[in-house]
Amino acid sequence: MTEELHDVRLTVNGSAYEIRVPARRLLSDALRHDLGLTGTHVGCEHGVCGACTILVDGSPTRSCLMFAVSAVDHEITTVEGLANPDGSLGAVQQAFVECHGLQCGFCTPGFLTTITAGLRENPTPTHEEARDMIAGNLCRCTGYQNIVKAVERAAEIGAGG
Amino acid sequence: MTTKLMGQKVQRVEDQRFLRGLGRYVDDVNVENDATMLHAAVLRSPHAHARILAIDVDAVLDIEGVHAVWTHEDLTGPMAEPLPLLIPHPALTHGRTQYALAKDEVNYVGEAIAFVVADDRYIAEDAVGLIRVDYELLPPVVGVDAARAATSLVHEDVPGNVGARLEQNVGDAPAAIAAAPHTLVLDLTIERSACMPMEGRGTVARWEPDLNRLQMWTSTQSSTGVRAAVAVKLGLDLGQVDVITPDVGGGFGVKINHPWPEELLVPMAARALGKTVKFTEDRREHFISSAHERGQVQHIEVGFDDDGRLLGLDVEFWHDHGAYTPYGLIVPIITSTQLLGPYKPQNYRVVFESLYTNTVMVTPYRGAGRPQGCYAMERTMDAIAKYLGKDRADVRAVNFIQPDEFPYDQGLIFQDGRELEYDSGDYPASLVKIKELVGWDEFPAFQAEMAAQGRRVGIGLACYVEGTGVGPYEGAHVHIETSGKVKVATGLTTQGQGHATVFAQLVADELGCSFEDVEVVTGDTRRMPYAVGTFASRAAVMSGSAIHLAAKRAKEKALTIAADALEADPSDLQIVDGVVSVKGSPGTSIDLGTVSVLSNPLRYAFDEASKAATQFSVGDPGKPPVPEDEEPGLEGRDFYSPERATFASGMHAVIVETDPETAEIRILKYAVVHDCGHLINPMIVEGQIHGGVAQGVGGALYERMAYDESGQLLNASFMDFLMPYVTEIPDGIDIDHLETPSPLNPLGIKGAGEAGVIPSAAVFAAAIEDAEGIDITAMPISPSELYSLRQSQGQEHSA
Repeated sequence: MTEELHDVRLTVNGSAYEIRVPARRLLSDALRHDLGLTGTHVGCEHGVCGACTILVDGSPTRSCLMFAVSAVDHEITTVEGLANPDGSLGAVQQAFVECHGLQCGFCTPGFLTTITAGLRENPTPTHEEARDMIAGNLCRCTGYQNIVKAVERAAEIGAGG
Repeated sequence: MTTKLMGQKVQRVEDQRFLRGLGRYVDDVNVENDATMLHAAVLRSPHAHARILAIDVDAVLDIEGVHAVWTHEDLTGPMAEPLPLLIPHPALTHGRTQYALAKDEVNYVGEAIAFVVADDRYIAEDAVGLIRVDYELLPPVVGVDAARAATSLVHEDVPGNVGARLEQNVGDAPAAIAAAPHTLVLDLTIERSACMPMEGRGTVARWEPDLNRLQMWTSTQSSTGVRAAVAVKLGLDLGQVDVITPDVGGGFGVKINHPWPEELLVPMAARALGKTVKFTEDRREHFISSAHERGQVQHIEVGFDDDGRLLGLDVEFWHDHGAYTPYGLIVPIITSTQLLGPYKPQNYRVVFESLYTNTVMVTPYRGAGRPQGCYAMERTMDAIAKYLGKDRADVRAVNFIQPDEFPYDQGLIFQDGRELEYDSGDYPASLVKIKELVGWDEFPAFQAEMAAQGRRVGIGLACYVEGTGVGPYEGAHVHIETSGKVKVATGLTTQGQGHATVFAQLVADELGCSFEDVEVVTGDTRRMPYAVGTFASRAAVMSGSAIHLAAKRAKEKALTIAADALEADPSDLQIVDGVVSVKGSPGTSIDLGTVSVLSNPLRYAFDEASKAATQFSVGDPGKPPVPEDEEPGLEGRDFYSPERATFASGMHAVIVETDPETAEIRILKYAVVHDCGHLINPMIVEGQIHGGVAQGVGGALYERMAYDESGQLLNASFMDFLMPYVTEIPDGIDIDHLETPSPLNPLGIKGAGEAGVIPSAAVFAAAIEDAEGIDITAMPISPSELYSLRQSQGQEHSA
């Protein structure tokens, strides 16, 4: 029994990658194991925890609920693509440092991508909106207190810069 | 002048890596060679209790991409024996551990039966699906009541399902209660939850034929423990095994248990197949094959005087430890001892039975038995206050150990086999702070005001003492390189506590180097082979103290060498920003990198700097180049092994609102007063408290392990196990610190990691009881359970 393989061209963080994968290869696994972009983490494989959230054409998407073959023709952004072009931390990343928004760091990439998209849509969230923005991601370390602060701080940095 | 970093909110150095997606967790190891690495999957029992009659793996090897499959009959030598019982105890008369792969019988849904290694995880899982097992089903034992009834047995040779019975006495509690003017009886239950780190377990191993050694990475809280277990089980010398703990995506206790079956099977397979092998646990596996905690049934009898002062406390509890006891009696021992919290019970008797059930085994989860103990004690305090019509805070206050009574010996034996002797604390001061922080005295007026509007609010208070920083020891190695960079290693592991930051703070302070020049490595047996692990809120106390001592040694050596070079007395020297200089004469100086060069007398120069240390450049020809009793190199190594644990303490208070109609429970305010001695980094301590409180909210209001009577875990996914999102956690946690230093270590610190979760079941039960006026004796509590309680206690909803 041999699995049929498919040639897939993925565009991730502005670079093109060619891989050959079975149809059932999850996008999260393709990013991590075929492309070596291990910043995207897998916490549940059933779309609840949000650790694997990436941006597909700018929209937060659970990469564990998408097949690699479905990602052709889409622009993908992962946590590795969130730094500024000069290599410095992006606003959301910088805010996480300043607010101690992470501990073990495992859920963090999913929060960073989610907040990046959230602030693009709503650059000046109220406190309630900042909480809502992260309400679909699980974190077991921080109790979310400092992640909410980081959303608000990122909005400030974004507005200033 | 360098500012002292102890006590500063220093930003974390590890964040840069994590935020760029450059963390290296166990499933990221060797990803560059994914195409040649093999991946493992495990066949797990679908039954809670069954005899294995036959296993047929024939179909598996026909699948392209499958390399090997193991069942118990393929295991040899120590691998075929049961897994270690890590912490034996004389009272654990019937300890049992599982096999790496089940032999003849399975005792919980999820127990490992077969191990398949294939080209990728997808294929390995395909193969697992083709293994056929014939089972003879046996009656399952689920829950404390069934275990106590013992109509069926989990292990045939364990009568009554009782693994252990342990009793401790201080004075004569039954007699004191019989003679007391007032007595009360409480029956309480608390259900299971679990650590649920966002990253599950995982292991990667590689056999290096050229070096005749095993290299492995595992997501553990004890790399030295795994190393020792692997060496024993695979018949290797300890020196042939390297265990490296990479970045770990949360632990919270579950990763202190070891070795997990896969931590042995992966290196075994790697050695047998000559390939790198990886196992990564998925979320369902984590629910059914890691560990749970918290399930207990408690019976409390208490005698007290008119002021609410305890005269005698008699506690009996039944602890559900699941199918096996690899971690011994640690959790129930902690419950039975830490139950006393900040109080003097006068007379205390505690007895527990640790019981087998056909469910996932129980090993420590953040708090490790303390939340249950705190629940028992604090509910008792509330009951006494209610009975006497007194303020709940006042009843607690009359029972406090007073600041002038330390060290205070509770007369019990603690989890480390040593006396339960509290080192320091100031409980009355904490009570003043928490009352002020939560608005305790103003609350009755608020409650009345709300009641007038038809709203129900309640307030709860709970106090705890946490033995932290237990032994036996930790060590540290500090190496000042010729570049002036300072490399620090300690053997315990890191799961998000920011060790690379706080330990660097300690080194920079002691050594006088710049914080940026310090690099900390944890959990790598190649760098520090002697270590215990990260549990019991012990990392800061144990490794922090060891690192402080090792840095002190390195500093002493640096000063001696520098004094020689500068022709000064060591006592006249100072080290600031990595430069050694004569006090008051900053021009006479030498940097630490050059001191490091001089510390290692050379025959050969390899760069400009090293010329200074060659044989024609330095040294008194009349003396040996390396002085007697000295070693080459600018290094310091030391170990810290305290006499006993250090006792942190704190108090939580919460105000909740319950919906008169829907029984929804809403948190209006959450306040924490915390005393862990001197703070190394308040930002990190507060982060630990936030996380603990969130897990506490989950455990009190949402999380439980929903086993049905056949032993199936019905909610083994994040869709059904209700881990809190931000929407369930209070918007803001008010924190105040008290800093009562510990006399037991050079830094005056106590542990901080677990405290946030300890009082939650107690404090929420108290607050809901206060809001509703009905007894809350079972936690966690959901809105539907609260609604049922209202019905059963005859309370009509007011709408």
